Amino acid sequence: MIIDSDVVTLSRLQFALTALYHFLFVPLTLGIVWILAIMESVYVMTGREVWKRMVQFWGVLFGINFAMGVATGVTMEFQFGMNWAYYAHYVGDVFGTPLAIEGLMAFFLEATLVGLFFMGWNRMSRVSHLLTTWFLALGTNLSALWILIANGWMQNPVGSAFNAQTMRMEVTSFTEVMFNPVAQAKFVHTVSAGYVVGSMFVLSISAWYLLKGRNTDFAKRSMTVAASFGLAAALSVVVLGDESGYAVSENQKMKMAAIEAMWETEPAPASFTLVGVPDVENHTTHYALRIPWVMGLIGTRSIDKPIPGIANLVEDTKGRINNGILAYDAMLVLREDKNNAQAKAILAAHDKDMGYALLLKRFMDDPRKATPADIQKAADSTIPNVPVLFWSFRLMVACGFYFIALFAFMFWQASKRQLDKRRWLLKLALWSLPLPWLAAELGWIVAEYGRQPWAIEGILPTALGVSSVTAGQVWTSLGGFVLFYSVLAIIDATLMVKYAKKGPDGLGLWPPAEPVPPVTHLATRVGA
Amino acid sequence: MFDYETLRVIWWALLGVLLIGFAIMDGFDFGIAALLRVLGKTEDERLVMLETIEPTWEGNQVWFVLGGGAAFAAWPQLYAVSFSGMYLAIFLVLVALILRPVGFNFRGKVHDERWRNVWDYVLIASGIVVMLISGVAFGNLFLGAPFQFDNDLRMTWHGSFFELLHPFALVAGLVSLTMLLAHGACWAAYKADHVVADRAVRVARFTTLAYVVLYVLAGIWLAYGVAGYAIVGPVVTDGVSNPLFKQVAHGSSWFASYMEHPYFWLAPVLGFAGAIGVQLTVGKKGLGGFVSSSLMVAGTILSAGFALFPFLLPSRLDPRSSLTVWDASSSQGTLGLMLAMTVIFMPIVIIYTSWVYRVVRGRVTLEHVRHSGHGY
Repeated sequence: MIIDSDVVTLSRLQFALTALYHFLFVPLTLGIVWILAIMESVYVMTGREVWKRMVQFWGVLFGINFAMGVATGVTMEFQFGMNWAYYAHYVGDVFGTPLAIEGLMAFFLEATLVGLFFMGWNRMSRVSHLLTTWFLALGTNLSALWILIANGWMQNPVGSAFNAQTMRMEVTSFTEVMFNPVAQAKFVHTVSAGYVVGSMFVLSISAWYLLKGRNTDFAKRSMTVAASFGLAAALSVVVLGDESGYAVSENQKMKMAAIEAMWETEPAPASFTLVGVPDVENHTTHYALRIPWVMGLIGTRSIDKPIPGIANLVEDTKGRINNGILAYDAMLVLREDKNNAQAKAILAAHDKDMGYALLLKRFMDDPRKATPADIQKAADSTIPNVPVLFWSFRLMVACGFYFIALFAFMFWQASKRQLDKRRWLLKLALWSLPLPWLAAELGWIVAEYGRQPWAIEGILPTALGVSSVTAGQVWTSLGGFVLFYSVLAIIDATLMVKYAKKGPDGLGLWPPAEPVPPVTHLATRVGA
Repeated sequence: MFDYETLRVIWWALLGVLLIGFAIMDGFDFGIAALLRVLGKTEDERLVMLETIEPTWEGNQVWFVLGGGAAFAAWPQLYAVSFSGMYLAIFLVLVALILRPVGFNFRGKVHDERWRNVWDYVLIASGIVVMLISGVAFGNLFLGAPFQFDNDLRMTWHGSFFELLHPFALVAGLVSLTMLLAHGACWAAYKADHVVADRAVRVARFTTLAYVVLYVLAGIWLAYGVAGYAIVGPVVTDGVSNPLFKQVAHGSSWFASYMEHPYFWLAPVLGFAGAIGVQLTVGKKGLGGFVSSSLMVAGTILSAGFALFPFLLPSRLDPRSSLTVWDASSSQGTLGLMLAMTVIFMPIVIIYTSWVYRVVRGRVTLEHVRHSGHGY
């Protein structure tokens, strides 16, 4: 059957919107939870009440954010079944496993412990509570690990093979899926980005207190923790991002070429286009400012390996589509006659390219009837949106270098005990608050929008993965999400601002010298 | 280690364990939420109600998320067909599930009665929606669903949201609703201040009674008014997972498997025993009432699962497309790996979950919430 292209567009839009929305909350959780763990460790080691108050105050903001992260995460899991049913069937054997393990190993842990984090202060020993916080942090980060193992497989589908009898991908080696180099690189890059978000969050709000002259000692301590953790995180996000880029250049050459707007293959080592205006029509980049050698060095870590350009990749793709058609034909034969030796041999030789034949399914029911013009069209469809990728990537990287500079300077000021001396610096820190979110969202766009037209790179085109639902149904859910998520966003932002403005002093957590009231769990102060 | 057939049966059982785990662990949270203003007449009483589940409901909800993940990994077609086929119903459940974390967290964050009232009704509605729709979905499994596969195993669904609301399915929805309301009330009777607990005892007795009547009604309807499905011809239990390789007849009895395996009757018996146990022990000291309602929940789900076996989701449109235990699973390797993961991690989950319940043990008194305020 021909797929309804409206359903594809709407389902993609819905997935992108809900994923980008979910990803507003996840990075903050990933980062701030370690900051809480660090602060609480200091509390338990020194026994100083100040640090407990810091954990409790930042914990309130963490709690609001955590609820949103958990709530919007369920949507992601549901959508694979609701909107991407053929995807769920086609790759569930491989892709479903890390998701299930995530639930078992990580999500259970964090969700079970989060209640105790808030309500357990008076019910257990200091060390038990500290352990709760640490395991909560571990749970959130393990969760990211398994999700990115699943995602890494979408980018680089290792350890699996097509089965013609069941019409789906099946696991051949789960070890390969788990230790997929792309997944590992993505995991460390993504969690580091989360640490930057968490650090900036604490840094910016603390800077605001210093500007207002409130909670001074509280803010300076918080800033010192955030600046140190943030510096380490910002450094690793850039270094590990480079690792991630290297992994991409190995297996997603088209994504790499699009990010760099590299229309033709250049002689090695390729130059890096710092800025320019990619022209999709004419396959060229205007006003390009190029730095010789750099691209070749980053992308291949050599001076003699070329990085293929978009034009050459499209040519290669045509060859793969032709091979894919052979595999597809053999697959159909095998489905009727599973012992046909000739078909088996053909499929074995070309099964890596079968996904390329499926690219034609957007245009026709039977890929075997494709004309050279159809094949050209399908090959052209593998070029992602070059200007969007080109600019998203550059903005993200620019943010990354800015974070290193800002955190390094803050760290230096903190070690000289001069955090509150420079108002311009505090203002800069305050106004930098949205930037790590911007960078994180752009990173998602580069990784996932850049993967198009594939759901699973080289295996399953996105358009084929959709459910057989009607456009009306998707409109309904999409409209529902837009409305519902907007209301939630307003409530979330209002509460965040309200509690950040109240501050530790407004919540009665600061100064800590006051006699500790009989019931000290945070809820008291929140309720007061 | 295990052959394919055994692994499939194990994963069928584990799907049941996850469903029962979800219904027991998360079910009382839904019941408490739905009864929030029935059992809690004043703000303080509502705070007591909320605090009986607040430290633990989040972990409980993972049973659901894990159930979804495990279905995705172990029964991908079941996950794909049910979630996309019942699109709007699932969307409603999803909205309800999203509203719960934010509802619990945000309710106490603004000190205004209207604000709290809005979130109260949000929590009540989300509880009712999930309990009702889960039951309606289960009811539809017996009726068969309007879907079929093409040769690429792409599923098409030829029905609307309103077709799910068949009278039999609605009765199943009410069975689920009354059962989990009773379960929630039993929890409140065990855990809440005596003022709230006394009301909960009455609600538990009444809803359990309603549950028994509806459950019996559903059983009789199933026996005389709903035709069952059966695989015809040779049943291949260790073949490839392709539903189109078999033939299915519609028109047999859903009680056929009970005739074949008489010990299956233990499941409904367990359900009834649980219901009687609730009447006898709820309101008495200790966990008797809650354990009884848990048995009632387990017995009910088991009895439905046994009747369906080996079907997971029959198709009334094209019976051949029906999903069964023998042809809708993941590959043998994936089932084996996931089993190993479950064997390792499930005990760990149970250990730390028990520890958390131990930490927050004891009745939540009015005195306590007045003293400590509310909200996390």
